[in-house]
Amino acid sequence: MKISYYPGCTLKTNAKNFEDSTLCSLKALGIEVEEINRWNCCGTVFSLATDDLIHHVAPIRNLIRTKQAGSDAVMTPCAMCYNTLKRANEKVKSDPDSLEKINNFIDYEKISYHGDVKVLHLLEILRDQVKFENLAKKVVKPLNGLKVASYYGCLLVRPKEIGLDDVENPQVMENLFTTLGAKSIDFPHKTECCGSYQTVDNPSIVAERTHKILTSARNRGADVVAMSCPLCAFNLDNRQKQTAEIYSEFKKIPVLYFSQLLAIALGCPEAALRLDLQYVDPNPVLKQKGLL
Amino acid sequence: MRVNISQKKVRDQFVAKIEELSGQSILACYQCGKCSAGCPAVSEMDILPNQVIRFVQLGLKDELLQSKSYWVCASCFTCNARCPKGIKIAEVMEALRQILLRKKKDYVKIPKLTDHEKEDVPPIALISSFRKYTS
Ligand code: SF4
Ligand code: SF4
Repeated sequence: MKISYYPGCTLKTNAKNFEDSTLCSLKALGIEVEEINRWNCCGTVFSLATDDLIHHVAPIRNLIRTKQAGSDAVMTPCAMCYNTLKRANEKVKSDPDSLEKINNFIDYEKISYHGDVKVLHLLEILRDQVKFENLAKKVVKPLNGLKVASYYGCLLVRPKEIGLDDVENPQVMENLFTTLGAKSIDFPHKTECCGSYQTVDNPSIVAERTHKILTSARNRGADVVAMSCPLCAFNLDNRQKQTAEIYSEFKKIPVLYFSQLLAIALGCPEAALRLDLQYVDPNPVLKQKGLL
Repeated sequence: MRVNISQKKVRDQFVAKIEELSGQSILACYQCGKCSAGCPAVSEMDILPNQVIRFVQLGLKDELLQSKSYWVCASCFTCNARCPKGIKIAEVMEALRQILLRKKKDYVKIPKLTDHEKEDVPPIALISSFRKYTS
């Protein structure tokens, strides 16, 4: 199976740490991925209104680009892109009328789409193709002593039909971090929403969620919180500034992409982690554990 | 709160429009409240998710159009995942947003966002906010 790589907009800008650590990890695992040519923004949210076909065009066009690259599947590390691409794909697969309308609307494309591209998240590739038992053998710097809380948020697991793991109690990230030598911390808020796009017009809602989610992880003993979504990461990392202003007892905690921890364990150079892009500095705790 | 219920309201176009846009059969809801129990946004809502569904059942258009509940809904899909009747409450919230947005009533006014607000947040936040809150 040839797999194309879809980064999405934010991995090229604010979440460069997500992209660089992902690419370095894949290289260390001997997996080659090629970025799709001329990809476009997926739209970030799947359109929920029944008559709103126009907003499925952007994700479907990316699936066409994937086919044009000669690939059978597209992989993205971003939880929002994953959700939007996969839901649009499932929608047109189960609704031939919509698919025909979309194909007619973009008839200037050299090929039409027939629902034949698979949408995969990077975590699925690690779990199902690389497999954790093989991944364990590639670990050169085990994350010994690091307590990691895995935060899934909404879009990796909901809706159930497209989720990559159990809808209420996903385990894939916990299993990944155990494989990497870390101690996985379970906490009750791991699939609770961070407030998502309300961060633009209503940052105080996000601060309230950030407070709840991160305090819960910290109370369970976590050193860091790991995730897979650039929007969750912005809300849970950068919005700790507002959170600390509102809740005086709040203690900051470093937030990382799962790929950054993976990259450390696989021996990637520090430059690939781009820790300069974090708001809450993870250097002290990573150094303390001997990981930097 | 005093609420007038009438056949006229229940059969109003408004109810049909919401059912059409959301693709949901609103009458299937038996008001168990599970959607509201798990909703992370209830503290900000004036009408809880199960009440939104009830108000649609009763055709309480004015009350619904004045509510801010669907604007603080973050489309997290927790309610959808847990509804024992398989109702997609998040889709009903979307239908309500769409009814207003399609009248060109943008909820987030892009020209009013300061440069600082725009620079501060990543593209993924701006795009999703504009997709949800503007027409
Ligand atoms: S969970 Fe479903 S059935 Fe129960 S109140 Fe909500 S919409 Fe109605
Ligand atoms: S989708 Fe909206 S209404 Fe449903 S649980 Fe999430 S925030 Fe609440």
